[in-house]
Amino acid sequence: MIKTDAVIIGAGPVGLFTVFELGILGLNAHVVDNLDKAGGQCIELYPDKPIYDIPALPICTGESLTNNLLEQIKPFNTSFHLNQRVNSLQKKGDKWIVETSEKTTFETPNVIIAGGVGSFEPRKPPIKGIENFEKSNLFYSVKNKNSFSNQNICIFGGGDSALDWAVELSKNAKKISLIHRRNEFRAAQHTVDKMMKLKDEGKIDLYTGFQPKDFVGKEKIEKVVIESDQKEVKEINTDSVLAFFGLKMELGPIVNWGLNLDNKTIVVDTKNFETSEKGIFAVGDICTYPGKLKLILCGFHECALAAQECFKRARPDEKYVFRFTTSSSDIHKRLGVK
Amino acid sequence: MPKVTYIEFNGTEHSVEVDKGLTIMEGAVQNNIPGIDADCGGSCACATCHVYVDDDWLDKLPEQSDAEKDMLDFAFETKPNSRLSCQIFLDENLDGVVVSLPEKQG
Repeated sequence: MIKTDAVIIGAGPVGLFTVFELGILGLNAHVVDNLDKAGGQCIELYPDKPIYDIPALPICTGESLTNNLLEQIKPFNTSFHLNQRVNSLQKKGDKWIVETSEKTTFETPNVIIAGGVGSFEPRKPPIKGIENFEKSNLFYSVKNKNSFSNQNICIFGGGDSALDWAVELSKNAKKISLIHRRNEFRAAQHTVDKMMKLKDEGKIDLYTGFQPKDFVGKEKIEKVVIESDQKEVKEINTDSVLAFFGLKMELGPIVNWGLNLDNKTIVVDTKNFETSEKGIFAVGDICTYPGKLKLILCGFHECALAAQECFKRARPDEKYVFRFTTSSSDIHKRLGVK
Repeated sequence: MPKVTYIEFNGTEHSVEVDKGLTIMEGAVQNNIPGIDADCGGSCACATCHVYVDDDWLDKLPEQSDAEKDMLDFAFETKPNSRLSCQIFLDENLDGVVVSLPEKQG
């Protein structure tokens, strides 16, 4: 059990800036995110897209904004708990017990939900009963590439994940079948070229203009049925299926935490961005209040105010004093300014 | 104002007037029409505003950008008339446009 002043759910831009706002008040925080890296939507959805409305940054990208925020919170040596989702929040006196999908547990007076639109989960092909195969031979990521040696493998998708794995796994697989809904690929051109070469060598069978129609099998998928836009149907025998349809966002367990919700967002008090539960805050796109705008800059304001209340809860015996970063020697010490 | 008809997967129809210059996605969100999630808020980054455009209107639509084609890879059950509704801005040429919503987004 990790004891901390605050647990931040979500490592997007607002979650990261919450670390800063807590940090200058002398509060430590742990950050949990379901992705494998910090940055949230900025990194997962639009790392290269321009953002023009961050104050004093005429232009940045999702990636540069994330990197700058990580640089800004460096002095606080924050612990990130990635690849895991917060599953439950339980009240224990004035504190909260937070547990993740990897069984990491925290005891904290403050939980700040900066979860955007929810956690990223793999998108699944539109096939009924698909969950039955997830325990056997249907995968949305590759954990151990050796487990696919000497197999017939069907890979769905046209992005970097699909093509990178098609190329990599073709080294030891019996046969790779790559299925994509159109002729163009999103993957890097040099990977597309490699894949095409493997196709010419007969190591990869390529099916473009096809989408999954059915997965046939009892406990595991024995063959996949694919269909083209012209309704041409093909069947492919397979030992494993890898589906790379990207990630989608799901609110997930947050709906079970007893918070007041309004259309997938959490209702907060704009005084301190506290939810209907004491010590649970919501900031950024996931919170709502009259006039709410889903802008990163609004999230920055929201977490600054939430941090003040977090301080009162984490340090009930200390007096809160407002300080500017420009002149406060305490803040300079926390930031490592000499 | 252009009229847009949204047909939910269960067949429920919603006909609403939407300001010129807004997108088909924004028209749905402003009128609380279920079935269009628009998680990314209209930046062509998530494929959760996927619609099927009625065949009669297909040739009146703006060209698909590469970004939209890429994102459609992620949409649930795409068809030849699949589009992302955040990329279709309404003008008088689209007055009366009809779109059907997929079984689910993503």
